Amino acid sequence: MVTTRIVEVRRQVLKQNDTVARELRQAFAEAGVTVISLVSSPGAGKTRFLEETLTRLRPSHAVAALVGDLATDHDAQRLSRSGAPVRQIVTGTVCHLEAAMIRDALRGWDWQELDFLFIENVGNLVCPASFDLGESQRAVLFSVTEGEDKPLKYPTIFNTADVAIITKIDLVGAAEFDRLAARQAVHRVRPGMTILEISAKTGEGMEQWLEYLVDHHERRAEGKT
Amino acid sequence: MHELSIAVSLIEAAVEAAANEAGTVRTVHLRLGALSGVIAEALESAYQLARVGTPLERAELMIQPVPVVVRCRGCRTERELPMLDALWCPACGAAEEVVQGRELEIAALELET
Ligand SMILES: [Zn+2]
Repeated sequence: MVTTRIVEVRRQVLKQNDTVARELRQAFAEAGVTVISLVSSPGAGKTRFLEETLTRLRPSHAVAALVGDLATDHDAQRLSRSGAPVRQIVTGTVCHLEAAMIRDALRGWDWQELDFLFIENVGNLVCPASFDLGESQRAVLFSVTEGEDKPLKYPTIFNTADVAIITKIDLVGAAEFDRLAARQAVHRVRPGMTILEISAKTGEGMEQWLEYLVDHHERRAEGKT
Repeated sequence: MHELSIAVSLIEAAVEAAANEAGTVRTVHLRLGALSGVIAEALESAYQLARVGTPLERAELMIQPVPVVVRCRGCRTERELPMLDALWCPACGAAEEVVQGRELEIAALELET
């Protein structure tokens, strides 16, 4: 006779990823490395922004970057122009980075010596939302050409991010971008989130971003976050 | 399509959970939050592909949607939302935080012996 029974389990589907991410987060904290992940749609200017960030931080801090991409391309090469060590993670058909990819990419690297490690996720605002990478801050980027309502279209990723960065702010006039409406949209889905407006091209806002990073790094070092 | 890698993780987790149980898994019950970043339909079709050749080859996937619930940081009032928007408490105006809706978890297994 066939009998069926129901067993309650309550098991996280991404438990394995979460476990690796937790281990990474702990290892980063012990080594004093501040890890910032960047997510955006394609075309938000993420690579250009990261290049500028690395270039400006490098004189005062030890920085490096991991770049996730579907296929081999020029992002990593472009980023190494900053002089910082850069490694690419080719994800193939996978549209996001996972914690194990970060762990594997760090093997054989003296990452413990770093102050900052940046992780550039694969360009989309949907898939990366579910995967913890062990980062201490997740930055979500969108450009003025993508429209003020971008956060309302992707509320999940905006709600899980720590800082929102509006890029290409030099195009604010040309794109007829409403800064106030954009800030309101961010705060509709994540009340109180820090918002920075930057242009990697003109350098506008980059100082505030660097201050934000260094402040976060120093507070971590003092054990306040 | 991150649903495929989620389906693979889901099967691994279910197989692991079933390892200590007698019988064959017939149904996997999944709690899926509206903010999990996973689309139910996409996960279902990914699951159909991913289960082939695994111990769950003949197990069905039952998805139980979990709505978004937010809680006011001020007065602690909770409310259910159809989607994530305008996270300011209607009662006192303070900011609200998500307390439910990110679920991506196996709730139960139905086993046949
Ligand atoms: Zn309230």
